[in-house]
Amino acid sequence: MKQPLLPRIMFGAFVALVLIYLILPLLIIVPMSFSGTRFLTFPPPSFSLRWYAEYFGNPNWMQATRMSLMIGVLTVLIATPLGVAAAYAISNGTGRLMRVLHLMLMLPLIVPIIIIAIGIFFVYARVGLISTLTGLVLANVMLGLPFVITSVVAGLQSFDPTQEMVARSLGMNRLRAFLAVTLPQIKASVFAGGIFAFISAIDETIIALFISGGQYQPLTKRMFTALRDEIDPTIASISTLLTAASFLLVLLAMSGQKRSAP
Amino acid sequence: MSAIDPSDRYRRREQGLMLLLASPAVIVIVALVVLPVGWLMGQSFYDNGFTLENYRRIFSEDIYWRSFMLTFRIALMVTLLTLILGYPVAYAAAHVRRPWDVLILSFVILPFWTSVLVRAYAWLVLLQRTGVANQVLERFGLIGEPLALVHNELGTVIATVHILLPFMVLPLYSTMQKIPRELMLAGASLGGGPLHSFLRIFLPLSLPGVIAGLTLVFVLTLGFYITPELLGGGRTIMISMVVSRNVELYNQWGAASAVGVVLLVCVLAIFIAVGRIIPLDKMLGQK
Repeated sequence: MKQPLLPRIMFGAFVALVLIYLILPLLIIVPMSFSGTRFLTFPPPSFSLRWYAEYFGNPNWMQATRMSLMIGVLTVLIATPLGVAAAYAISNGTGRLMRVLHLMLMLPLIVPIIIIAIGIFFVYARVGLISTLTGLVLANVMLGLPFVITSVVAGLQSFDPTQEMVARSLGMNRLRAFLAVTLPQIKASVFAGGIFAFISAIDETIIALFISGGQYQPLTKRMFTALRDEIDPTIASISTLLTAASFLLVLLAMSGQKRSAP
Repeated sequence: MSAIDPSDRYRRREQGLMLLLASPAVIVIVALVVLPVGWLMGQSFYDNGFTLENYRRIFSEDIYWRSFMLTFRIALMVTLLTLILGYPVAYAAAHVRRPWDVLILSFVILPFWTSVLVRAYAWLVLLQRTGVANQVLERFGLIGEPLALVHNELGTVIATVHILLPFMVLPLYSTMQKIPRELMLAGASLGGGPLHSFLRIFLPLSLPGVIAGLTLVFVLTLGFYITPELLGGGRTIMISMVVSRNVELYNQWGAASAVGVVLLVCVLAIFIAVGRIIPLDKMLGQK
């Protein structure tokens, strides 16, 4: 269908502008992070690595970073097997109860996080989980589960379950049949789900604001506090590193998914 | 009869196994979502005994009412803006040739997976008095003095639209992708102009994506916290900020809980209403 040229150019220009709006904020922090001054003028009058030195040289930032990485890794290690088991059950189960459970497992995406956050604060205050690693990891497992489940359910949809049946009829028990036949074929979606759970744990801020403290403060909580008080340019260097890490992880997750696609 | 049917027994055992497999995840959700939110509900009715005082205050005191109005107004603005900006982008992604659609989608997905905190910071840098936006506008002589683009409602809306735009584009794209191209060709061959074919064929078929996108964006804006807190300049008090302030500043747990419950009821009502048109798991699967 041939359309007149002018409207097409205008349409293309509009789309291009929206795409710039989407990507520009992510790009702008890179030059800011190499700025030589405290002031956020653009382009920076001089360039330096001082904000990176500030970040890597400050024990508080380093401690918070270690904390975030530890929370991220532990979250993935717990959320992935739980999520895969639940996704398997959702894909193979039938009946109304399973649909209700599936919906329930999606609750972290439905209920506003602020409500979950203060609810968790109540509960944690009672059981002594405030300002603990366990408490933070559990909350992030809860937030990460929907990502793992959604990704793995989608992976299982394109998998032919009769293959697993065949393996079982040949004498494998169910677990072995799953590990030997099913898992290798859905590993890309398991991997992607795990990465998304990791990113979600690293980025989580709101719950951490309420339940973390002392030495158990993730990076995002320190960043939030720093941003609320003043615009510290150290945040630019941390943001650049965080964004680069997310980019790499998303590319990794997507390339894994693509390679496994037929 | 069914008790001795072997296939029925097999099915029942299968069902039991599946429930067992799902149970660890379900326990986590019960312990960290259902129980805490239930506790919150209980708390909202409790102050040395059953009371409706917390709710009476929400519906009678001005601050709460103003905050709810502000939140719904911002949510409405953000939702309409994401639709206006997002629909053409999704349309383009669904219609251009190979490398371009991947490019457009990466521009949408990469910000989606970038920390909300990082994006709020970027907008602070861009929009502040001496920020990039004001510098550019001044250099081109469009403004005489810096505009107040941030620490107000405007800054909150600009950043919120940015953060939620992918939630609009992705469901739109996945719906548009499934619309057969031949339908538009058929429309054209029957004499309809491009605009006519679009309005009569493409637009109606893309409506499920529109509804999913509108719902997600609206509901997510209702619960937004980080962006208004950092970019609202202390004047744009959205609902979630009322909740957190009641806890952090005033130690008013009952009031915070009641506001949270009202917010939750709004969100669930919207999901249930829309769920009658589009299955909920379809809507959330877009993420």
